Amino acid sequence: MSQRSITGAMLLVLAAAAGCKHQPATASAAKPTATGAAIVESSGGKQLGPTGTTLKDPIIVQVNDDQGTALPGALVQFHGPAGVHFEPAEQITDSSGQATATVTLGTIAGRYQLTATTPGKSQPATVQLTEIALGYQQQLGFVLADKYCNRCHDPESSAERVSNYDNLEVKPHPFTEGDTYNKMSDADLLAITQHGGPALNRSALMPPYANTLSPSDLQAILAFIRVVSDPPYRPAGTVYAQK
Amino acid sequence: MQTLKKYLVTAWQTLFGGPIRAFGVVSVILMLALAIAPAKDHFSQWHGYQRGYLKLIADRSDALSLRRRVIPGLHQIWLPELGVVDRCTTCHEGLKEATLADVPYQPFRKHPAIPHSLENYGCVTCHRGQGPATTVIEAHHSDRAGEDPILPARYIQSGCGQCHQNSLTGTPQLNRGRDTLASYGCVRCHAVNLPGGATITPTDNPPSLVHLADKTTREWVFSWIKDPQAYAASATMPNYKLSDADASDISAFLISSSTPNPGDTATLVTASAKPIDPSAGASLYGESFCATCHAVTNAAGNLVGGNIGPELTRIGNKAKPEWLQAWLNDPRSYDPASPMPHYRFTPQQVATLSQFLLAKSDSDFGANVHLDPATPAQITHGRKLVAELGCAACHQINGVNKPQNYAPDLSRIGSKPLTQLVFLPGMDQTLSTYISAKIKQPRAFGPGLKMPQFTLSNAQNDALTTALLSLSDRSHALPAKLRVTAVPDTTYQPAGHAGKLMTELACFSCHRINGRGSDLAPDLTWEGSAVQRQWLDSFLKNPNTLRPALIRRMPRFNLSDADRKELTDYIMVAYQSPTIDPDTAPSATNPPATVEHGRQLFYSKYACQSCHIADVKTDKGYIGPTLTQVGSRLTPAWIYAWLKNPQALRTGTLEPNQNIGDDDARALTAFLMTLKSSGKQEKK
Ligand code: HEC
Repeated sequence: MSQRSITGAMLLVLAAAAGCKHQPATASAAKPTATGAAIVESSGGKQLGPTGTTLKDPIIVQVNDDQGTALPGALVQFHGPAGVHFEPAEQITDSSGQATATVTLGTIAGRYQLTATTPGKSQPATVQLTEIALGYQQQLGFVLADKYCNRCHDPESSAERVSNYDNLEVKPHPFTEGDTYNKMSDADLLAITQHGGPALNRSALMPPYANTLSPSDLQAILAFIRVVSDPPYRPAGTVYAQK
Repeated sequence: MQTLKKYLVTAWQTLFGGPIRAFGVVSVILMLALAIAPAKDHFSQWHGYQRGYLKLIADRSDALSLRRRVIPGLHQIWLPELGVVDRCTTCHEGLKEATLADVPYQPFRKHPAIPHSLENYGCVTCHRGQGPATTVIEAHHSDRAGEDPILPARYIQSGCGQCHQNSLTGTPQLNRGRDTLASYGCVRCHAVNLPGGATITPTDNPPSLVHLADKTTREWVFSWIKDPQAYAASATMPNYKLSDADASDISAFLISSSTPNPGDTATLVTASAKPIDPSAGASLYGESFCATCHAVTNAAGNLVGGNIGPELTRIGNKAKPEWLQAWLNDPRSYDPASPMPHYRFTPQQVATLSQFLLAKSDSDFGANVHLDPATPAQITHGRKLVAELGCAACHQINGVNKPQNYAPDLSRIGSKPLTQLVFLPGMDQTLSTYISAKIKQPRAFGPGLKMPQFTLSNAQNDALTTALLSLSDRSHALPAKLRVTAVPDTTYQPAGHAGKLMTELACFSCHRINGRGSDLAPDLTWEGSAVQRQWLDSFLKNPNTLRPALIRRMPRFNLSDADRKELTDYIMVAYQSPTIDPDTAPSATNPPATVEHGRQLFYSKYACQSCHIADVKTDKGYIGPTLTQVGSRLTPAWIYAWLKNPQALRTGTLEPNQNIGDDDARALTAFLMTLKSSGKQEKK
């Protein structure tokens, strides 16, 4: 119990230090004119960004009425863990029923669950969005994976880069596929990246990188794979044994 | 009054009424006084955190080993060379505990993995803040004069930039900020001297204005300087928020100061008076790979193309037809330093292309601009404005000298004392907020300020702020041995006629050779060792693309046979690698068994088909170059050396080093050398 209170106190200190100073206490001028039934994500979830930075795209949510049509004039509030900053944190949906906020991630690397809430008729409706903050090593892994690996591992093509995924007889998995990667140990992931598919009796279409990337680069890619996997990666034997 | 007196007397009586009583009370006071010091310690903030840490780890399965590493009392990292006296680890006790990576709050979470150790670099080197402080507020948020508060995490890469002047893979934001300082020409007005004396070379290529009137009209100049982004959304020129009158006067002066460049006005002599095929322009634009450097906004509103040259979406509004033709004919006659190649277009091609480009115009742009003829007073006032606004810091202008030290020196902007800054009302009083706001809205900081308004995304703004924050006092004070300098471009210039041709063709705008040039296209330093002479000759004549997935490609230049031979000879002789020895390399022809062995290695052991196409019928790999004719293109010596260690021949190449042994490399080379072009394909 006492641990909890200390934790709570520290969280408060942190929040006071990190977040609140920047939160301007502006009451939104407009008053809500409508009450929605549901709230859904339009875009902006599942983005990656370095810790503490503003995500490239804003998050956009839409409030619907009970017919499922977009509802202008409804109140939307954004919430997130300590250190996350929304601009603006509270607003009224626009003429297309949408609310848009830019998100600045907190200073701790990892997964951030954000919620958008609208009051609703009987009880509040909420929607959750997940964003990922990258620490130094994960950010390095992101850059390296983008250069060396994603041409095969990411089925999506961009204007600058055509994906090679469709050309491969054996299909690799996108690094976000937690169902595949969470089952593999760190040692196995490193082994296949260092020595190629045959190291794990897999296809030689997966090339070896032991002589191309340094050990710290390989660790960085591993850290990146672990932080982006969905469902989230939980290392075996987590030591946090709550009483 | 009376009651107070009575009250005091009774109190005195109670406390010191008799000698014994007085002695007892004095002793108690003394003991309390003695207890102040230990109590202060006990109730100090950091002590509270240390107790909190003990409670936190007590609940964990590895409590014992965590406990063993706990050191009670104040901690300190002292690094005199770096000016570090950090007591941060007094509260941040778990920074090095791998198992505390899941603690969701500070100060006990493990520090994320970085390439440096805490003991050797301390905390404030990157995070700033007051290392010696022992309270949360003083350590993190001190805003006393000269004291640095903690740096917001979004700018943390500025810490790396204090030593690393080179571009690091792990610091994209810092790299982007430095690139922006160069590509938006910030460093043309602001001096930026990096620690150790290096500078940042601008890469924005602002055009010379000495022959401006040949190129465009005064009306266009007026509209452009009023709002450059209205003409081209991607333009890097900032907006000076000029009034109509000032823009009119500046345009009057710039046009009047322009001198004619012989050749810009010559009428084009097309050999045949063939009418121009309207569809030919688009295909010539495509074949010449203009989009490698120039962007155009397409119908969907997306900007498509490179950013080496100016955006061409509304070029028809800007360029005078005669000038455009002269430019396409030979860019260097107008601008000797232009990065654009001299394509050697035929007059017919010039006419076709210029007609195609002039059609790219927007009837709304500058539609309401009607300027009366310039008066001498306007021209004089225009010249004054041009001098005041520092236009000549970027552009060459007849009769106006390049201003010296036009804008404040930014070499130490990352440590500018807060007392020297003027903040906007309601703004956070920190240096990072100041820098960011100043870049975002420079004119908001007071009337009469000269810094113009740039068009930058939030990410660019953050990147620039990061790069500027890295220019700290600390970065200049750090020991020189920690400094990692960037390798500057060399001034390599190939010799003779071939050298002149390479300048005209602007090879260095895309290729890198001997440390000079860009990395858009392959490094050619050892191209002579890599390719076969005949292939090079036909490639220069008609470059067919090697990588199907590439958007940027080698354009075709209409070189004369003699010039092409000259260039081919030069490349074959001058660009030889000292490490590639044709004599010890596998020969070009091999017994069928070796070739077959090589084929098997190619498809099974090394699975090269995942990235390359050796046989169009079976292979689909789309990352590396197509190898169907590699036996006619590359030398066996190069293939062999490349297979053994690609990065040794081209740093940073994607091809993984598969640690291929001698025998396998020989067999693979033997197989690849059999992949020849048929004569028919060669000619196409
Ligand atoms: C040339 C294409 C290609 C490239 C480039 C590539 N991979 Fe792969 N990778 C594959 C293929 C194909 C497989 C599937 C092999 C199998 O299942 O037999 C694979 C499998 C893997 C696996 C096992 C999980 C899975 O998807 O089945 C890991 C881990 C992996 N790759 C990591 C990497 C990393 C890290 C990089 C970059 C350093 C990389 N790969 C680059 C093609 C590629």
